[in-house]
Amino acid sequence: MDLLEHAGKRVLASHGVLVPIGHLAVDVDQAVAAGDAIGYPVVVKAQVPVGGRGKAGGIKVANDAEEVAAGAGAVLGMSIKGHLVRSVWVEEALTAAREIYFSFTFDRAAKLHLGMLSARGGIDIEQVAVEFPEAIHRFHVNPLERFSEEAAIAAVAAAGITGDAAEPVAGLLVKLYDAYVAEDAELMEVNPLAVVADGRVVAMDAKVILDDNAAWRHPGWEEWRDIEGLDPRERSAREKGLTYVGLDGSVGIIGNGAGLVMSTLDVVAQAGGRAANFLDVGGGAAADVITAALDVVNADPAVRAIFVNIFGGITRGEEVAKGIVEALGRVDLRSPIVVRLDGTNAEEGRAILASHESDRLISRPTMLEAARTAVEMARA
Amino acid sequence: MSILVDGSTRVLVQGLTGSQGRFHGLRNRAYGTSVVAGVTPGKGGTDVEGIPVFDTVAEAVAATGAEASLVFVPARGAAAAVIEAGEAGIALVVCITEGIPLHDEARAFHHLARNCGGTRLLGPNCPGVISPGKANLGITPGEIALPGGPVGVVSRSGTLTYQALHELTRNGIGQTTCVGIGGDPVPGTGFIDCLRLFQADPETRAVIMIGEIGGADEEAAAAFIAAEMDKPVVAYVAGVTAPPGRRMGHAGAIVSGGKGGAAAKIEALEAAGATVVLDPTELGSRMAAVLKL
Repeated sequence: MDLLEHAGKRVLASHGVLVPIGHLAVDVDQAVAAGDAIGYPVVVKAQVPVGGRGKAGGIKVANDAEEVAAGAGAVLGMSIKGHLVRSVWVEEALTAAREIYFSFTFDRAAKLHLGMLSARGGIDIEQVAVEFPEAIHRFHVNPLERFSEEAAIAAVAAAGITGDAAEPVAGLLVKLYDAYVAEDAELMEVNPLAVVADGRVVAMDAKVILDDNAAWRHPGWEEWRDIEGLDPRERSAREKGLTYVGLDGSVGIIGNGAGLVMSTLDVVAQAGGRAANFLDVGGGAAADVITAALDVVNADPAVRAIFVNIFGGITRGEEVAKGIVEALGRVDLRSPIVVRLDGTNAEEGRAILASHESDRLISRPTMLEAARTAVEMARA
Repeated sequence: MSILVDGSTRVLVQGLTGSQGRFHGLRNRAYGTSVVAGVTPGKGGTDVEGIPVFDTVAEAVAATGAEASLVFVPARGAAAAVIEAGEAGIALVVCITEGIPLHDEARAFHHLARNCGGTRLLGPNCPGVISPGKANLGITPGEIALPGGPVGVVSRSGTLTYQALHELTRNGIGQTTCVGIGGDPVPGTGFIDCLRLFQADPETRAVIMIGEIGGADEEAAAAFIAAEMDKPVVAYVAGVTAPPGRRMGHAGAIVSGGKGGAAAKIEALEAAGATVVLDPTELGSRMAAVLKL
């Protein structure tokens, strides 16, 4: 789960990390009230789960109530990288004497937690990483161990952060690592971590990704789940317990297993088409799950043909076929379905499909043939 | 021969009394796997269709001599179950469970590495390992595999593993062992571990390797193939056209440096001398050509 900035900052604050004073606002009046309460100047920041907000015009500095109203009015309702801005975070404007980049994430290659620290934080950190890789200090922490104060001091020195800021920054790193572990985070990133004029070290932004697999031990996460911001197709799929990613083509895809679905996207591209989505029904899907999946794909107006690609392992061919036939009877399907069924009980499944074969339901023996047929039908 | 498991491997199932554990544990036994025990805390002294159930792995090992464990324990308890198996001296722990929290998984992996040197972990979130005709530990449908070799299979993806077995079998090509290493962030056993075992196995003459986008494991495997293997490898990488994955802040971009895409993996594998197919249903026919069958 990707947390919005305001939620990420609340998580950090609960672990003793200093963050600017701020309030969430969903309309202009609330934003002005927040500005008045905090005292000017303030910063009005779009709450969307993507980076590059500043460059997209989603962050405005305001020196008085009028400017807050203008800023919030401009930012609320705008779209940043496809995300509608439904709320803004209004916070005290602090001037950074220096900006530091800091993150903890998991390094799959090393199988260790990875800390990254740079004295050259700020909006161009990815550029810095490319041009001056040595400007980013990287260090690993074994998941069985704590990140000690001594290790933090060493990391800060290695990153070239010196002077009065060194000690408070090191202290903050220890808190951030503890927060990263305690909150079951996949990513905790602060960019910039600002050293402000009075010497305080403040997290000016927060990018926190929480591990959905650990949601059961964090009941508090529910209030942060931002399903409103999801693509409506994705929301409907999530409610049905399906793994769905919306794409921009015209061939609707349903398959079992992430690898096979990815592979299906590839074969559709090979056949000259474009997939409208990625939909994985998972292992062992019964007829009703297939029907639900068809429902979701059918609801996408861009879909012109549906390609159901199933290799039965635990999933059984006749269950898939039954689900398709049931959906044909129950759902008003706008698009023809092309099915490729193989593996466990595929013969039984194909027999069921054969008895319902029509120009709306077509079986093909191989993935590539099925993809070609689906692409042709999507073009027709 | 086979790698990792064979007909003599004595297997216990952690979570045998749960629905998944029972279903697959019994299927694995019916396949011919020597399933000697189950473990479920609090259910010691009972049995599942004649398979004795114990409260702890240590008790099961003492009573039955089990040397491999198959874990079907739900995600909340799976990491602890893996650690328990390692501490009881189990040599091979196959963890099928998916959805284990990242931090739990990372701690379990390092706990085994640090304290249980003799234990190999396969998975989590994998279909398991099958040596056709000898033993099946996991959820692979045994009937799609063909005993007798000479091909070894190693894969990150579940369904595509089945697809590969099916294509080999359809072309009359048997398998020595098929290993699903799983797609989780901290796999206990990786491509290179399996490639090394297949290279050393006298009955394995060629290997199928199935990768996916993300990470750099396929590139590392390619380097191993180039440096250490003289057996032919036929490879497939899923995700050539997949949309870019979820963005992990700036950190993700900094770590990956823009790598992890399918094209770079395919290029690396081809440069290492592997034959790469673009359609997974061609794995069988292409392997037949490589083996000159």
